[in-house]
Amino acid sequence: MSSSAAVQPQMGKSPVSEISRRLRGGDEVAWLITLLFSISVLLVTALLVWELWVGSEPSRAKSGFSFLTSKLWNPVTDEFGAYPFIYGTIVTSVLALAIAVPTGVGAAIYLSELATGKWSDSLTFLVELLAAVPSVIFGLLAMFTLVPMMRETIGPAIKSVFGSLPLFSGPVYGVGYFTAGLVMAIMIFPYIISVSREALMSVPREQREAALALGATKWESTWQIVVPYARLGIIGSVFLAFARALGETMAVTMVIGNDPSVHASLFAPGYTIAAVIANEFTEATGKVYPAALVELGLVLFVLTFILNGLARLLILITTQKGSARA
Amino acid sequence: MKRILFAGSLLPLLFAGIASAADTINAAGATFPAPIYQKWCEEFKAKTGVQINYQSVGSGAGIKQFTDGTVDFGASDMPMTDDQIKAIKVPTLHFPTVLGADVVTYNVPGITVDLKFSGQTVAAIFMGTITKWNDAKIAADNPGVKLPATDIVVVHRSDGSGTSFIFTDFLSKVSPEWKSKVGASTSVQWPVGLGGKGNEGVSGLVKQTPGSIGYVELVFAISQKLGYADIKNANGKFVKASFDSVTAAAAGMKEMPADFRVSITNGPGDKAYPISSFTWLLIPSQISDPAKKKNITAFLTWLLTDGQKDAQGLSYAPLPAAVVAKEKKQLATIK
Repeated sequence: MSSSAAVQPQMGKSPVSEISRRLRGGDEVAWLITLLFSISVLLVTALLVWELWVGSEPSRAKSGFSFLTSKLWNPVTDEFGAYPFIYGTIVTSVLALAIAVPTGVGAAIYLSELATGKWSDSLTFLVELLAAVPSVIFGLLAMFTLVPMMRETIGPAIKSVFGSLPLFSGPVYGVGYFTAGLVMAIMIFPYIISVSREALMSVPREQREAALALGATKWESTWQIVVPYARLGIIGSVFLAFARALGETMAVTMVIGNDPSVHASLFAPGYTIAAVIANEFTEATGKVYPAALVELGLVLFVLTFILNGLARLLILITTQKGSARA
Repeated sequence: MKRILFAGSLLPLLFAGIASAADTINAAGATFPAPIYQKWCEEFKAKTGVQINYQSVGSGAGIKQFTDGTVDFGASDMPMTDDQIKAIKVPTLHFPTVLGADVVTYNVPGITVDLKFSGQTVAAIFMGTITKWNDAKIAADNPGVKLPATDIVVVHRSDGSGTSFIFTDFLSKVSPEWKSKVGASTSVQWPVGLGGKGNEGVSGLVKQTPGSIGYVELVFAISQKLGYADIKNANGKFVKASFDSVTAAAAGMKEMPADFRVSITNGPGDKAYPISSFTWLLIPSQISDPAKKKNITAFLTWLLTDGQKDAQGLSYAPLPAAVVAKEKKQLATIK
């Protein structure tokens, strides 16, 4: 997107003559081709929104804005609401980030600052390998290992300490928001490590040396100089991971319990937008039902869009205040 | 680079393979009968050389593709509604092909015998009104079985499926409360319970969760050697699901409607298993291309006769003879 924005002002005067002038230079063919590529990205996005908008028409006409707030999901009576799915999507994603960000950033700091050459390289290789594992594998692993563990060990242990909080009330089935969040955390973990590590590695050596020369300890230099310097990259890794978590489908549907209602307890079963679309679209009949699922897709798109916007905003704010740019 | 060129040179071959035969027929629909449809297509091709491509995309998507005219015929686990039929210019004919059934499977610690359930009890369990395994209603159907006082965990399908349609259709027939509060569909608003994706998801959760109860396809239960309950039929007899009892449910229908759009759940007959259903092919009543018409009718004739012998090998119950005879008459009406 940014490349097309950069090209725009040059096209402003007289696009046709500009193009023909540039085409005379052999090098400029590349300019035209890359321009076409960048426009095609915009076109695909526009087409996507258009299709989602048109496809969801019957559902939008029927429910209006109450679609976003209704808790009903009843295919028999054609009454649909997105609230439980939006809730489930956000709860599981935030939970996943809450687990994966501290551990992921911590691991990245270790790999880039503390671990020695070969050891760091081999660990990084393993982490990157983890990122390439298909999500259905994580789903199977979770279903047969994490779910029983959650029901028999982790769940009761948490309940024995925090059982009085509504957040951990009710029976532990093994499947639910918590398990889904945990699986997501494992899945987004390598993304955070990998991208954050790159950001930390790109901090100039002089910054570290300057801090050490001023009498800082190794940890002070890392925590007060290197990490703040690399924070844009780290924030970027977090939002990349967040986007992945929001759209995660297979692994989540296998362990979340697929119950379209809103529960305060993290041990209760829930549902996410991506999971319900994957589950119900093939057998959805009638006019409103498939349209409601398409509208859920639109909601997920908008949700991702808003969160990306917030990410940009966050980066903007911290950069203005900040000491360094990546 | 060489490798890319090599792959590129193979591409035309691939497309040639897809588009070679002019008499290719495309079909799409239900996933539940897909294994037998695909076997039928294969055998039919070996016999006649006619290629039929069956895509198992789901009943809903199958009806949609059939309505849009992107496939030559469709397949569905639930009959088309009047509105859906009206949406197509050419009237649609329903042809039952095989029978399927749902079984109720459970995981109760300490119980090794097959439990018995009446339809009302199953409905009450899935409604959330019966919550303990030692409930008086469950105990009444299972004299002599020592039931534990554990909580019942209901497991249902989370994906839209014909399996859920058959199950909820049965519950709607035996329980007025279920009919008014939940209803029958490929996906419904389940009052209680956990959702598992596919038969594997449901059976996985049932196997893992002590005190759980769920439903899966008979085909799946047989292949996975799952234990399942006897269900009380409309004549008051407890029946175990088997090919015979499922076929008996179809044979028990005294008056088969002319268009075959019929639910056979909770059907009459002492031997009838009550959670059974047909699965249908959706065929246009007029096929303008004479070659296609010839091939499609030949395929239907074959699957109704010789093809039925494949059914049991793949764990589907074959059609009763009376239904086959009636379908052959409908076949002759295709213009």
